[in-house]
Amino acid sequence: MNNVIVLVAKRIGAAALTLLLVSAVVFAITSLLPGDAAEEALGQGATPETVAALRTELGLDQPGHLRYLHWLGGLVTGNPGQSLANHLPVSELVASRLPKSMVLAGTTAAVSVPLALLLGVLSAMFRGGKVDRVLNLFTLSMVAVPEFLVATLAVLIFAVKLHWLSALSSPPDNPTFAQFLRVYAMPVMTLSFVIVAQMARMTRAALIDQLEQTYVEMAVLKGAGPTRVVLRHALPNAIGPIANAIALSLSYLLGGAIIVETIFNYPGIASLMVDAVTSRDMPLLQTCAMIFCAVYLSLVLIADVCAIVSNPRLKGH
Amino acid sequence: MADLVHVSGLRVVVRNDGGEEVAIVADVGFSIPQGEVLALIGESGSGKTTIALALMGYTRSGCRISGGTIRVGDVDILSLDATQLCGIRGDKITYIAQSAAAAFNPAITIMNQVIEPALLHGLMTRAAAEEKAVALFRSLSLPDPDNIGRRYPHQVSGGQLQRLMAAMALITDPALVIFDEPTTALDVTTQIDVLRAFKKVIKERGATAVYVSHDLAVVAQMADRIVVLNHGEIRECGVTGQILDAPADAYTQTLMAAAVPRLRQSLPAALAEAPAPLLAVEGLMAGYGGTPVLDDINLAIKRGSTLGVIGESGSGKSTLARVIAGLIAPARGRVLFNGEPLAGSLTERTREQLRRIQIVFQNADTALNPSLSIARILARPLAFYRGLRGDACTRRITELLDLVRLPADIATRLPGELSGGQKQRINLARALAAEPDLILCDEVTSALDTVVGAAILDLLAELRQELKVSYMFISHDISTVRAVCDEIVVLYSGRKVESGSRQALMAPPFHPYTDLLISSVPELRCGWLEQVGAARPLPVMGAAGAAVDTPALCSFVARCPARIDGVCNAIAAPRHTLADGREILCHHPANELLEREARVRQEATG
Amino acid sequence: MRWLDNFVGRLALSGRIGLALVAFWLLLAIFGPLLAPYEVGAVVAEDVFAPLSLAFPLGSDYLGRDMLSRVLSGTRFTAGLAFAAALSASSLGTSLALFATVSGRWIDEVVSRAMDTLISIPSKIFALVMVAAFGASVPLLLFTTALIYLPGAYRIARALAVNLNTMEYVQVARVRGEGRIYIACVEILPNMIHPILADFGLRFMFVVLLLSGMSFLGLGVQPPDADLGSLVRENISGLGEGAPAVVMPALAIAMLTIGVNLLIDSLPRAGGRNAGEP
Repeated sequence: MNNVIVLVAKRIGAAALTLLLVSAVVFAITSLLPGDAAEEALGQGATPETVAALRTELGLDQPGHLRYLHWLGGLVTGNPGQSLANHLPVSELVASRLPKSMVLAGTTAAVSVPLALLLGVLSAMFRGGKVDRVLNLFTLSMVAVPEFLVATLAVLIFAVKLHWLSALSSPPDNPTFAQFLRVYAMPVMTLSFVIVAQMARMTRAALIDQLEQTYVEMAVLKGAGPTRVVLRHALPNAIGPIANAIALSLSYLLGGAIIVETIFNYPGIASLMVDAVTSRDMPLLQTCAMIFCAVYLSLVLIADVCAIVSNPRLKGH
Repeated sequence: MADLVHVSGLRVVVRNDGGEEVAIVADVGFSIPQGEVLALIGESGSGKTTIALALMGYTRSGCRISGGTIRVGDVDILSLDATQLCGIRGDKITYIAQSAAAAFNPAITIMNQVIEPALLHGLMTRAAAEEKAVALFRSLSLPDPDNIGRRYPHQVSGGQLQRLMAAMALITDPALVIFDEPTTALDVTTQIDVLRAFKKVIKERGATAVYVSHDLAVVAQMADRIVVLNHGEIRECGVTGQILDAPADAYTQTLMAAAVPRLRQSLPAALAEAPAPLLAVEGLMAGYGGTPVLDDINLAIKRGSTLGVIGESGSGKSTLARVIAGLIAPARGRVLFNGEPLAGSLTERTREQLRRIQIVFQNADTALNPSLSIARILARPLAFYRGLRGDACTRRITELLDLVRLPADIATRLPGELSGGQKQRINLARALAAEPDLILCDEVTSALDTVVGAAILDLLAELRQELKVSYMFISHDISTVRAVCDEIVVLYSGRKVESGSRQALMAPPFHPYTDLLISSVPELRCGWLEQVGAARPLPVMGAAGAAVDTPALCSFVARCPARIDGVCNAIAAPRHTLADGREILCHHPANELLEREARVRQEATG
Repeated sequence: MRWLDNFVGRLALSGRIGLALVAFWLLLAIFGPLLAPYEVGAVVAEDVFAPLSLAFPLGSDYLGRDMLSRVLSGTRFTAGLAFAAALSASSLGTSLALFATVSGRWIDEVVSRAMDTLISIPSKIFALVMVAAFGASVPLLLFTTALIYLPGAYRIARALAVNLNTMEYVQVARVRGEGRIYIACVEILPNMIHPILADFGLRFMFVVLLLSGMSFLGLGVQPPDADLGSLVRENISGLGEGAPAVVMPALAIAMLTIGVNLLIDSLPRAGGRNAGEP
């Protein structure tokens, strides 16, 4: 078991290091490279004195690495600064939006992961058959479709033609189940379409990879039927790659959410970030970006840890 | 009519790239009486495994059984549907695969896999199955039979896994057991233990079996009858004694001839007397990332001679070639070429030094760049070392192809269009293009069929006469090494345990490992396996003496049947020099080893 | 033309559909604007969000411009930009991978670490950050998308190159005394070119999707230029009335990307495909 603990610890360390490097990249792009924020904020008519004063106020007169450390310290202690656009603390803005995004992401994950695993396992079991070929064509097309096409088609069908759902999704504070369904049906469906396809494909690929191994032929020659071969023999060896597939697909939610939240006017963290880009609100943008990166790295980390823990070669004493 | 298995007119086809079906097994028929072992023997592509799998109604992907009948007991296998086949497989007919390491599921404990067939077919309760498995482990001479089942496959050795797979195949008391090259992936010293175990259980249970192999000597020990296959057709079928002693078919005769390596011409005396060796290795230690793979290696190659390096997997023999070639820098010691020290790394060697030593790898498939034509592959060393271009280069390529007995028009082809033997010849021609003094041959015949490999050995011997080139010939096969080499070095686990001339290594005394190696090579006659008798019991070792992992101790101590408690596990072994010039790394003096080995041989034959 | 027959002959049905789609869209991207019935910017229809008709085969947009002409020019924009970005990402990624593979461990470590950092920033987030900092100009979008898909191209190429680097023919070349450039260009590169081309196709598809997404958010190609994504955005107000002006450009993107994906998936096995975004 010690081996496993060492590997997991190493993996966590590597993830932390990557997150640190990512923060440096994000800070460099947003704060160091674009030029003088004070000059830009005050416009062309500003006197050199007012610019200098604002620079001191914003801490822009300090060298880059100090500003980075200061910013990083603020981020870690939960005080990432003030929003430039509406002068509210960034932490407050994020706190009001983050839970809503998590509900959206959680609901999507709860719908799509089981569905994708089912589709992936089914098509692996009947690989080469009709079911597999139809599913393959479908998933292959779905992974290549832009989210906004799915979203616009969904709106056209369910809101415009059928009048079942509203094109805008602003969740009330304490929704009933029916309200919840009406609000989340389209965003979740849009997000699920692409990631179900992606996850199902990767699950299938991971399983088929195992099904081509010699031990699977051996299992067949022992008299195991197709279901037993896939579930008992191949699946335990495919946990690592499947966990990886789930993590990658869920991380895709991050990008998908940006489009979906914007289309449906959903008040989540992704639409907050898009607003920050439009208004060039750097402190808010940096924080949102770091949240997305941290979530992404955590997902990949969890998948890797799953792979390490499930690796049969590290089992036993 | 006591035949358990009856096959007639069996035909298996495979769909090729063009979508046409091509027969890989055609019109094959044979019968196996109850309680007999039938061997299917042939080279790669002979269809032997395909036939064995067809007995279970199974074909690999792309293949299809297109005709014939297979009857096992009173069941017509080819008339069964998928569910009925599942019911037969693993119950009435069981299978032992070539590579147990790949055929065991890495995620499931051994016990659960061994008893899986019994539980799947509902033959017994889990407790009864486990009890029976442990009994089988015991009769297959597996260590710690009560607990070995709790381990995962990666925790036991390859030879043990192969026996565990036999337990898995026997747990349902099948009517027919199929052994598919079950010892091919094993070292020869492990193979003999596995063969003994198989032989014992087959005898005990009176099992009917099909034994698939390319190795005539192994088959001679295991089979009652032999079917000789070539390109999917039966060439000859008969009882083992007849096939071995009086093969009727021309192809069987070729196989037999290639199975016994002929002695190739030895070193001309004039050359042997040359003063300085071409290559000398002194006090070499080398390895990967801090762990030494080779330690304290000393050897010399005389000009124009062939040095054989023999050892099993993990002995460090390929590392030795890579150190000499400059791919791995030695951690200690040095390599002298023509009396001058060679730099450890490639970049510090001169182009002339690089030219003089060439390396030829085992696997011709991965040794030739698949996207370059043969002409380009051969032209590069000509241009690189000798600046040959244009017509001169083309002429030389034709000469080189002629030298390795290939037609000139092969130059325009890509490696993928060549056979294994042809590729290995190109591999050799590329080394010869540099006009080297020394060619390092790393298992050059191991990936080839016996007949093709024998032709390559002939070619090497001829080239040596024509070009006066020296070889370092690395192999795991002692009979090949003895057939082509003037001097032989035996490596075990990174140490040189014995070295000497070919003549000297023909007769005892041997180092205990060399002795085990020589006595483990199956001989091409019936009854050899019974004659060598049971494995020598290992003398019990106390915990006395230095820590077991002291690097200076004899590396063979864990497996040595002649080890001495309190000596071998405490003190580093001395290196004796025998009267015939041989060196042996052992605590036993030569006369003791001689006596011991003579006694063992007498016990075996008497 | 024999190789083409051979190539098409070996493709599965889905691959042939993909090939046809890709060929269709590539031809449209190259020659499409020549076929456009109207000036791209000209207001020609009387109705805004007009339905499909003979005069306006894809309807009209929110200003009454001809959608067909706009889609044709948008296709060239989308495909051209994505092609340039994917080409830069793939060629730079492959070169870096070859360089890292044949150089020492230290260089390999540094390059790989840098690429791991870049790949840890989700693509859309990276694009948003870049646009926020530098504004959405076409050169910046090109640079950003190339940079975003560089690490993925690097990873695939490095995995292939490292694998090939252990091949015995590469060791033979090394023992012969060959330099790094020869080993990289003659011994390694030709044997990884097929999977690299397949990966280039995937990268092209990813860039198309990312660029259209950015334009859809109003953070990509800026007016008066318009790629397919911007066309969806500028007509989104027609969604309520089910105008073809919204759906057509979005469908155009989907046809292009689906075509690429179908084609690549039916290419002879290259490994590592459909492993999600980068």
